[in-house]
Amino acid sequence: MSQRQVLQVFEQYQRARSQFAQAVADFAARPQSIDTLRSAGVVCLLRPLLLDVVPSIRQTAALALGRLADYDVELAEAVVKAGILPQLICSLPEENRYYKKAAAFVLRAIAKHSPQLAQAIVQSGALGMLVICLEDFDPGVKEGASWAFGYIARHNPELSQAVVDAGAVPLLVLCIQEPEIALKRIAASTLSDISKHSPELAQTVVAAGAIAYLAQMIPNPDAKLKRQVLSALSQIAKHSVDLAELVVEAEIFPVVLTCLKDSDEYVKKNGATLIREIAKHTPELSQLIVNSGGVAAVIDCIGSCRGTVRLPGIMTLGYVAAHSENLSMAVIVSKGIPPLCVCLIEEHEDHIKAAAAWALGQIGRHTAEHARHVAVANVLPTLLDIFVDTCSSEDLKVKAKKALKNILQKCTYLPALEPLLHEAPPSIMKYIIGQYSKDPQASPSKTVWILFFCLIQPDTVSFGICHNSF
Amino acid sequence: MAAASCGREQGASMAALARLQERLEGLREEYFLTNRAIDEDRKRKYKAAVKIQRWFRACRVQVCLRHLTKMVILIQKWWRGYLRRKHFREIVERAYFIKKLKFYNEMAVRIQKTWRGYYVRKYIHNFYALKKYLKAVSMNNEFVRHELQEYTEMKENEEKMKDLEKKDKEKKYQARKMHYLLSTKQIPGIYNSPLRKSPDPMELLLQKSKPLTHRKQPVKSPFADELYGWPTCKEPPAFVTSLPLLHADRRKPQGPFRDPAEVLRQRYKPLEPTLRARESMYSAPGKAREPTRREEWRNPIHDNEFLPFSSYHKNYEKYEPSLFKSDKYGQEAYGTKYFREVYPKKWIADKDFETLFPSIALFEKFGKTYSSTGQIV
Repeated sequence: MSQRQVLQVFEQYQRARSQFAQAVADFAARPQSIDTLRSAGVVCLLRPLLLDVVPSIRQTAALALGRLADYDVELAEAVVKAGILPQLICSLPEENRYYKKAAAFVLRAIAKHSPQLAQAIVQSGALGMLVICLEDFDPGVKEGASWAFGYIARHNPELSQAVVDAGAVPLLVLCIQEPEIALKRIAASTLSDISKHSPELAQTVVAAGAIAYLAQMIPNPDAKLKRQVLSALSQIAKHSVDLAELVVEAEIFPVVLTCLKDSDEYVKKNGATLIREIAKHTPELSQLIVNSGGVAAVIDCIGSCRGTVRLPGIMTLGYVAAHSENLSMAVIVSKGIPPLCVCLIEEHEDHIKAAAAWALGQIGRHTAEHARHVAVANVLPTLLDIFVDTCSSEDLKVKAKKALKNILQKCTYLPALEPLLHEAPPSIMKYIIGQYSKDPQASPSKTVWILFFCLIQPDTVSFGICHNSF
Repeated sequence: MAAASCGREQGASMAALARLQERLEGLREEYFLTNRAIDEDRKRKYKAAVKIQRWFRACRVQVCLRHLTKMVILIQKWWRGYLRRKHFREIVERAYFIKKLKFYNEMAVRIQKTWRGYYVRKYIHNFYALKKYLKAVSMNNEFVRHELQEYTEMKENEEKMKDLEKKDKEKKYQARKMHYLLSTKQIPGIYNSPLRKSPDPMELLLQKSKPLTHRKQPVKSPFADELYGWPTCKEPPAFVTSLPLLHADRRKPQGPFRDPAEVLRQRYKPLEPTLRARESMYSAPGKAREPTRREEWRNPIHDNEFLPFSSYHKNYEKYEPSLFKSDKYGQEAYGTKYFREVYPKKWIADKDFETLFPSIALFEKFGKTYSSTGQIV
């Protein structure tokens, strides 16, 4: 009988521990109770439960710690300071998959807040354990581990290098090939975070053979997966010409163009970003994009979106037009100027307007023909308004002025310059008058008028230009 | 006299002296002026003489020099002419050569200019090729735009189809759930109003649908209202509880059944063998029970064995069915009984049932009310 009483005590204790762990996990899911938990010193109480005999209590304690660390930075720091990390990972290889998932959740929740916390995780030797989790059979465990890797690698190149040194990249490439969509998403996002920092890291990812699998997943119907895949490819392609060529060789064109017509906004944005990163390197790559009809797709994409989603598309057009005058002509022929003009007028954000102004400048600066096309689309008054407007930012004004200068220096289409004569400030006026002075067919009335203008503005430059014209 | 004369002379001289002294002042001045004039005159004449002599000597020297220069010029002129005439030919040849070279250069420039213009315009900045290229680009763009348009339309159609299918499924599920709203022959259902010309499509759907079977309620876990999921831990971890709870909260099936918890408890009751089975035969208490068993066997109350029913011993004839007509489930009816066979010998009476009471009035209206199920009256 006393044996039963003794056993009953132990049973009570176990039940109490289990209830405590579950209750704390429940409370940690609600933001309003976390402060109370913190003041009650929950982290120190949960620490011994991590080494409990009963596996379910260990799992629940890990889950509760994960939720607490997820909530804010201070709790995460408290968790790290309480020395939980070594205990969390010491017995990880022998644990079952729920515990591994919970442990990965904790590591991820800590790493996401700041680089210092991520560094603490790396120093505690958690990366090796996470790699073991990545080799597990259960897809949920793999997902948790790759998510943790993604959050660690996100912060800076050194942490990314640490992740790569732990040998995670080939396993992530294997994860991408798994059938579960959620796992694919997370693995693609992690590869994107690793390769975004430097060309060497991108090269490592490419050497593991990631590009082929990522390219195969572009036609996948899942929108979130497409976002991550396109983001990963664009982070790889942005570093150098060779990497961009490797990405192009994976035959992403013209499949990528279907992403520009997707119903999800961010898929469109990431698709346009990928095309931009490829186009900006060399004229040959831009030529490839033009030949595959990419410019038309990008222009349609710009026309159908609003807001920051348009920005990569606008920059693509600018880069393509900047390389050579033939490409610029191709952009014009694909009806690229009206959407850019609409962007200039409609958008509220200054940086998008600045990008549109820059792109128009790149299109119009090559020859008189290009400048004529730009001027005919009634762009110049808009640019002038933006330049003169007092509430435009400095960057926007500088870009508008440069664009105006580039276009005006080549523009011989005088009817488009006339409306500018009325409002232009002196710095722009000199270019306009310069264009008028070069015109051999200017009528006498016009010359008189221009003379009048020059006289009322005692500007040595304009005098010099008058001298030239008479 | 001498004295007088001397005296006169003295007097005259005195007078002369006085006159001289009077003129002395002026004399001095006069003397000075005359000397000065003479001096100046002398100087002037000296200078004039110098001038004349200078002039003359200069003329002489100049004549000499002029002569010399004329001679020198003559010599140099002849010498230089000689030299130039000597090198004249070379100079002319060189000038001619330069002139030819310039001419050839001009012509070469013209040729190169035309050739380069032609080449650049034909191959490098080929205007027509550029135009063709731009045309090809715009055609390709049209094509790509068209394809992408088709793709978007296809996607939209797919979405719509999915939506429609989902709605359809939803409707079918609802119909299955509410199958009891189907109208019977007597009572029209709510979807089969008599004021309508034809029944509602829902009615037709209800006709086609099969009623739902009783499904198990999904286990409502305590983690159902979480914010995070597995892998952010949505599903509960598999806790190891003490008892295996096999469908503990299965709903009691309709009918005269016992409470399922009771049933399960009984079913999974751990084995508690009797003391007799728990103990082995050869243990001390087991051996102690041996004599009681033997005694029981020795002293029965009743000799005959207990028979199953009262008339058992009367017709105790065990029927053994033939092997040909028996299979493992008993005797086969094939060969002995036939389908649709009537056994009039087994009938109690010859006629069918007769009604003694009039039927219920409502049953007279059978098939004659407003509209039968689904049929237009």
